[in-house]
Amino acid sequence: MTPRDFAIKYGFIALLLGLIVFFTLATDGFASPQAAVFIFQSVAITGVLALGVTATLVVGGFDLSIGSVATTAMMAAAYAMVVLEQNALVAVVICIVIGVLVGLINGYLIVYMRVPDLLATLGMMFLLVGLQRIPTEGRSIATGMTMPDGSVANGTFSPAFLALGRHRFDFFIPNLIPVSVVVLLILAVLIWFFLEYTRFGRMMYAVGSNPRAAELAGAPVKAYKIWAYVISGVFASIGGILLAARLGRGDIASGNNLLLDSVAAALIGFAVLGAAKPNAFGTAIGALFVGVLLQGLTMMNAPYYTQDFVKGAVLVVALVFTFALSNRGRS
Amino acid sequence: MADAVFRITDLRKSFGPTQVLGGVSLELHAGEVTVLMGANGAGKSTLVRIVSGVYDRDGGTITLDGKDFAPASPAEAIRAGVVTVHQNINDGVVVALDVATNLTLDRLNGAGAKFLYNPRRVRRQAREVAARMGLDVDLDAEIGKLSLADRQMVAIARAMAHEPKVLILDEPTSSLSSAEANRLFSVVDRLRERGVAILYISHRMSDIRRLADRIVSLRDGRITGLFDVKPLDYEGAVNAMLGQKINLSQVAVKDADRTVFSVENLSLAGHARPFSLKLGDGEVVAITGLVGVGKTALAETLFGLRRPLGGSMQMRGRSYAPRSTADAIAAGVFLVAKDRAENGIVKDFNVYENMSLPFLDRISRFGVSRRRAERATARASIAELGIVCRTERDDMATLSGGNQQKTMVARWMSQPANLFILDEPFQGVDIAARRDIATKLRASAAGRATLIFVTEIDEALETADRILVMSEHTIVGEHRNAEVDIDRLLAEIAGQPVRGAA
Repeated sequence: MTPRDFAIKYGFIALLLGLIVFFTLATDGFASPQAAVFIFQSVAITGVLALGVTATLVVGGFDLSIGSVATTAMMAAAYAMVVLEQNALVAVVICIVIGVLVGLINGYLIVYMRVPDLLATLGMMFLLVGLQRIPTEGRSIATGMTMPDGSVANGTFSPAFLALGRHRFDFFIPNLIPVSVVVLLILAVLIWFFLEYTRFGRMMYAVGSNPRAAELAGAPVKAYKIWAYVISGVFASIGGILLAARLGRGDIASGNNLLLDSVAAALIGFAVLGAAKPNAFGTAIGALFVGVLLQGLTMMNAPYYTQDFVKGAVLVVALVFTFALSNRGRS
Repeated sequence: MADAVFRITDLRKSFGPTQVLGGVSLELHAGEVTVLMGANGAGKSTLVRIVSGVYDRDGGTITLDGKDFAPASPAEAIRAGVVTVHQNINDGVVVALDVATNLTLDRLNGAGAKFLYNPRRVRRQAREVAARMGLDVDLDAEIGKLSLADRQMVAIARAMAHEPKVLILDEPTSSLSSAEANRLFSVVDRLRERGVAILYISHRMSDIRRLADRIVSLRDGRITGLFDVKPLDYEGAVNAMLGQKINLSQVAVKDADRTVFSVENLSLAGHARPFSLKLGDGEVVAITGLVGVGKTALAETLFGLRRPLGGSMQMRGRSYAPRSTADAIAAGVFLVAKDRAENGIVKDFNVYENMSLPFLDRISRFGVSRRRAERATARASIAELGIVCRTERDDMATLSGGNQQKTMVARWMSQPANLFILDEPFQGVDIAARRDIATKLRASAAGRATLIFVTEIDEALETADRILVMSEHTIVGEHRNAEVDIDRLLAEIAGQPVRGAA
């Protein structure tokens, strides 16, 4: 292994460790369990979305609608509980159904209507951004709000639902790990195992790399592509549930950064371990990388408005790692 | 005979370790159509790309009008007077623009081109170009709305606007109907009268009979025949292109007993005569024929990629009508597709992942793939086929062409087949690997029917028990691979009636 290979393979992990060491030395309290949990919590929702979009990247597609799926799910959950006065389970089921439906429609548009993936999901993004505002005529949803017909919505977020955003599990230290972090970790392990160790995951990679060869090996290529968008939609709606539970209201203005942050995490993931391809482990590390960097900079009093700049810079460096340095990207 | 306008001497080109052109010499004369014949992989495309300035050459000289010709770019070749119309018609036109703009496209670039686009000037120039070529196409029409033949006429007219001395037509009729081809031929006639030296690349015998003044056969990167005495010896040219120089004793011909797979009155194309065939247990059957006669169409029909227009198929006595590749595989019909880079290799996968691809479901347990079992299977295949690689985890890109092809064959040999189909399995494969694959195919043939599609006769003679000849989407001849009547075989391939039944 030449130094160059070594740099490609372990460069990003080394950079992550270096950052952690640096922030530990440079700030007070960076290396505490609470700070670590805070980092995980800050990237939980984007991380979940990023893991979903990874599935579409694996089959050679892309999903730009994930951010708006998440906010639509958030609004739907709030609407179900506040306006329709349903319980937490119904709200969660509605969100998941939305994710599945959007995934199926995206997949259908791309596979059968032959709309290029970026354009189909861009269209879906616009559609959902608009759709989520229609039931309340553009208002945010909270208990006591006035509905378009003049009535007052009296439902409340059920405690069970809010617990998804606010409950913390004991882990050596009482009340340490929030539910969202647990969800992130579970989903990360699930999708990682699915992509790396099941035949379905392997076929998805084959579909992404050479769809013709996959078809000639007997794979139902169209079905795999559609399933990838369903996975992406469901993950995004789970992200939306976590967002709603954290905010405790259906906030029309929230979730603006979700799409870019999660796509960035998935693309940064290409550079992890020199994979040069979408992978769940890389995506998780990518999300964590951004979280560590922002948390550290915040603790060093960097102003909030530099955050997007930093994320963008990290993404560009990661892409250079992937495409310029690694040979596999150069095909 | 006139002096050569265009002279290629000892042209050489290699890609990595593979030599594609091994010293090609060729002359083109003004007012003559020189046909270049060659099977797939003979080096035709490479030759064209060097002459048209796409590739650099490794060695040799090219002269145009006695002066050295070494274009650094396609544009330079065109300016010097050597114009190429490429095989893919849509490479020669811009589909989004109209005919007039396409005809004058080259004037929008280069020194002296005006900054502003003047539609009136463009139309005037386009009319001139069209008139000179006798092009009868609506200048306002968008290219996307034209037939392929019309698009090609536009591409040729556009090429001719440069007043070239040498015109290269690379398989221009491959996607044309016969009426459309006739229009092309009259254009070629007109250009010939005007003294253009034409290099016409094709393996369609009807084109060649119609147009050729001289025929040059190319095989494995070398000129293997030059025919310029009228009447031209077409069979000799086919023979020189396909070559056959092996000793037939290599194959111990077996005659099949039980029929495994049969096809009845299968129809592959609207105009084609339906045909039937039977494939026996343990038998290796080769179907040979020129490019474009329906070999791949038949392979794809058998593998469930396309539906036959008529007829039926039987597998071990039961009706077989696959609706997908998965159906075909479930029925034990496996296909090693031609052009492995495009249809076979998953380049993000290493050797063992490529091998296990179609049978992951059979190797997996509850959907979870068992890499240990995959790798063990792959190691066994590597040993059995003599695949040269360091480990089963090597990248496909590190393997030579022959070893990549062996991997593609091994992919399908790990499970028992009823019908094993290989479409052009020896394309881009060195002679040693070709022998290995053929030997392995014959050794493992018992228990299934094996069907290989090959263009080169050598490959059929080397591997098969029985040789079928395809022409115009149907089977036109059958030979037991012992004392084959090569003349009759060649005549059938060339698509002409057998002379005096001899």
